Amino acid sequence: MRSNLNAFNLVRESNFQELLKRLQQEPGVWQPLAGGTDVMVFLNAGKLTHKNFVDITTIAELQGIRVTPAHIEIGALVTYSETLDHELLQKEFPNLCHAARETGAPAIQNRGTLGGNVANASPIADSPPALLSYEAEVEVISTRGSRSIPYHAFHKSYKVTELAPDEIIRAVRLPRQSQDRVHFYRKVGTRRAQSISKTCLSLCLKRTSSKIESIAIGLGGVGAIPLRAAHTETLLTGKNPQSVVEDDVRLAIRKDCTPISDMRSTAEYRLGVTQNLLIDFLKKL
Amino acid sequence: MKTVSLHFCLNGNKVTTECLPMERLLDVVRNQCGNTGTKEGCGEGECGACSVLLDGVLVNSCLVPALQAQNKNVLTVEGLAGNKELSALQRSFFEHGGAQCGICTPGMLIAAESLLRKNKNPSEDDMRQALAGNLCRCTGYTRIFVAIEKAAQHLREGSCAPT
Repeated sequence: MRSNLNAFNLVRESNFQELLKRLQQEPGVWQPLAGGTDVMVFLNAGKLTHKNFVDITTIAELQGIRVTPAHIEIGALVTYSETLDHELLQKEFPNLCHAARETGAPAIQNRGTLGGNVANASPIADSPPALLSYEAEVEVISTRGSRSIPYHAFHKSYKVTELAPDEIIRAVRLPRQSQDRVHFYRKVGTRRAQSISKTCLSLCLKRTSSKIESIAIGLGGVGAIPLRAAHTETLLTGKNPQSVVEDDVRLAIRKDCTPISDMRSTAEYRLGVTQNLLIDFLKKL
Repeated sequence: MKTVSLHFCLNGNKVTTECLPMERLLDVVRNQCGNTGTKEGCGEGECGACSVLLDGVLVNSCLVPALQAQNKNVLTVEGLAGNKELSALQRSFFEHGGAQCGICTPGMLIAAESLLRKNKNPSEDDMRQALAGNLCRCTGYTRIFVAIEKAAQHLREGSCAPT
């Protein structure tokens, strides 16, 4: 424990309206705290710059998974464990369950939340590529009302999101698709558990017998934000996967991402592996 | 910063104590409550030496603000045996060499306890996944899995343990 605990405050809000009022009256002062699997790591390391936290874990409006005909709505407080245990999510949104299963290890999965993963906005988080592949929407709320942000527009730059200082994520909404989709998720890291990815690719596509009708590709670890591979999606849409030229795919991926070299990996490795993952996937399609 | 009062149930006993707002459950369990079985190995949720059950759920207590245990049940290694001398898992670790230096052992036992509560007949893959967040530098893990398997078998068969 490398922090001076006397410098930190934690209060609890159990009432949703009271929480929103607090965020509105003192914007930017109170940072929501849920499972703590990001915040407490920084606290333990002596690197937590924010000082005032509000425990939101008992707020009912942020909990639970709600199924409607058009959407599955995942409350911001839903944990990775709840996600991967949910039968309908397993069936219709396997990429997200795959991400949840590969996040940390069971003790982390029991505490970490989807809202926290999205709000923390790490470019190498495990859930974002899956959320991008499913064209998720983020419902955010404040005393001023609620709004729905397409997830692909939620991240603006490194760790900067669309969230205003008085806003909080209420839920992530996944539009339900027809059943004949192909799903893919691959996180490339150093271990089978407790690893931070070097690169991560997830996609969801709709196909006919001969071509890819539509495709959404989410990439993590190859830019300042989790991103959609827009050039690559354009290249592949309407194409027969077996007639796609490998070099065209490599070029499109290269246009889509800006990987860096850091302590975990190199730009060349990240780019090359991302290209390889997609090419291997297309060959087996 | 003023301390705040904290009431929770530790290993079946009601506890009332004080803690700083962002004090960790790990530190309250060890310091205020004197239960030093739960260890700090990494302080970042990677090693699992700090594993406890919070309302029956496996968590890394180094990452849990103690105040989130308000009015909840916490189980640490000290609580595993109940009113016996050792639990089936503890006895099995002892008999099958599941511990060497012992620093990971409280966390391993808690993670194994969590597994066996859900899965009475875990495969090796089940055990590896359930203990994926618990690191051991001594045993190479194989004796730990043998110990868990034997304990699970013992519990399924309801056979009497030698005292």
